[in-house]
Amino acid sequence: MEKTASLPQNRMITVKELTKKYARTTAVDHISFEVEKGQIVGFLGPNGAGKTTTMRMLTCFMPPTDGQATVAGFDVLEQPLEVKKRIGYLPETPPLYPEMETAEYLQFVGRLKGLSGGELQKRVDFVMDRCAVADMKAKLLGKLSKGYRQRVGLAQAIIHNPDVLILDEPTAGLDPKQINETRELIKSLAGDHTIILSTHILPEVEQTCEQVIIINRGKLVATDSVSNLQNRARGAETVLVEIAGRNGDLQTAAVESHLSTLSGVSRVQFKTSHGARNVFEIESQKGFVRGDIARAIVQAGWDLNELRPAAMSLEEVFLQLTGGDAQGTAAAKEAN
Amino acid sequence: MRNVWIIWRKEMRSYFVSPIAYLLLTMFALVFGFFFWNALGIFILMGMEAQMRGQMFPMNLNEQVIRPLLSNSAVIGLFFIPMITMRLFAEEKRSGTIELLTTSPIRDIEIILGKWFAALALYACMLLFTALNFAFLFKYGNPDWKPLAIGYLGLLLQAGGLLAIGTFISTLTKNQIVAGAATFGVCLLLWVLEWVGGYETATWAQVLSYLSVVTHFESFAKGVLDIKDAVFYVSVIFTGLFFTARSMESLRWRS
Repeated sequence: MEKTASLPQNRMITVKELTKKYARTTAVDHISFEVEKGQIVGFLGPNGAGKTTTMRMLTCFMPPTDGQATVAGFDVLEQPLEVKKRIGYLPETPPLYPEMETAEYLQFVGRLKGLSGGELQKRVDFVMDRCAVADMKAKLLGKLSKGYRQRVGLAQAIIHNPDVLILDEPTAGLDPKQINETRELIKSLAGDHTIILSTHILPEVEQTCEQVIIINRGKLVATDSVSNLQNRARGAETVLVEIAGRNGDLQTAAVESHLSTLSGVSRVQFKTSHGARNVFEIESQKGFVRGDIARAIVQAGWDLNELRPAAMSLEEVFLQLTGGDAQGTAAAKEAN
Repeated sequence: MRNVWIIWRKEMRSYFVSPIAYLLLTMFALVFGFFFWNALGIFILMGMEAQMRGQMFPMNLNEQVIRPLLSNSAVIGLFFIPMITMRLFAEEKRSGTIELLTTSPIRDIEIILGKWFAALALYACMLLFTALNFAFLFKYGNPDWKPLAIGYLGLLLQAGGLLAIGTFISTLTKNQIVAGAATFGVCLLLWVLEWVGGYETATWAQVLSYLSVVTHFESFAKGVLDIKDAVFYVSVIFTGLFFTARSMESLRWRS
């Protein structure tokens, strides 16, 4: 990630000490972050962490109780109309009118956002094509499938070619194929727009986003690039090896003691066995010790069936960062 | 202004693609048609009786048919107004489309005016059916059109006020039925408030009876344009729309 590119003109969104208090609870608690132009940022947190509230403040749907937020240099409280012109927003449930037809609805939204005439028609055709809903042009929105509804929702968000796209759980409730299509679509939009998308599904952030902002219970937990976060929590490299004994039986204790004598290996642990095949987890210092491991196994007369790096998922990172509390665990479970 | 027009068109469309508009128009046409038929029946009976007695007291379509019918349609309107306004905001809040409107570069007041004008336009469509009935009077008699025009103005003003109140109530809930029922209750109260003036002359009673939307309609029904009454209705409209705007603002702070 380009940490050096933090010049003000490259900064699309600035959030400073943003706070939202409801009657009894504090939904968002002094959150600060910045998003640079053209980035895809994942806004990650368990349900009820304050993701939607933060997004709603950025879109001027509700004013913050305290703190400041600017989009493209305009303050959400001082110049909401200017902010709204530059933001495309897809709420958790796509804001569709069931009695409208797809093309007609996009025309209506386009007009709301200030488009008219030939430009409006051009944009409607463009976004229908871009979001692959052109074949549903004359269909009532109320009769569309969930995947199409979500795509029409995306189409309305980009109709006025906004600088910033804010997507609240864009893949929620879709089937795996639709989820993939939607993710690809979002990725392809990244060049033209700065995108913030919220999710409680961790692999989604790993696959789609460059940067991640993790919040929990209204508080900012971490903000960094996805690769940095994974490395930060990892530090050491972990590989999984599957070993089988020549004649069927294998002393797991022998394997453990043999492999841990290798230089660079800090820990060897037996994980599971499927019949003759045994899986070990080997933790080593950074650097290439995989070759040494493979050689040692073969030289000891065992069969090496598989050797693969165990990349730490954001899930584990998330659990580490949020202290693995009940809420975090629930979200992680849901993600699977 | 352009934004008001965009919202107006959208609202009109959703009235007319759903059964709402057709149902309301049909029911209103039926009910008013029945009133008209009755009023005409009575008028004809009175005319025949007058002839049989040989009395030639003047028969007047404006006084004996149009005026009571205008008052009647004001009351029938009370029952239809909640059904026009109940969905305006409640439906947007339930389906989440309110988020689209309030995050678009358009002012709250433009959304409110667009919706209110659409409600008023649907009410005006209902009045068109009364005009169809009255057209028969013009074909077979010669009533004066000016009092009728003033009567229509009064109906629109009165409905405008009640529609503004209904629009306000619709912002308070996600539930259309709740919005409709509450609006109906308020409309009914504003109608019967004048009864207080019948037995009580204290100041509070006078104030209550002044607030009744029906008393202010009497001058219009007579075909007299009374500025005081017009001002009353216009203030109701402004108050209703003002409260709607405040309510939309508070929605953002609360929700």
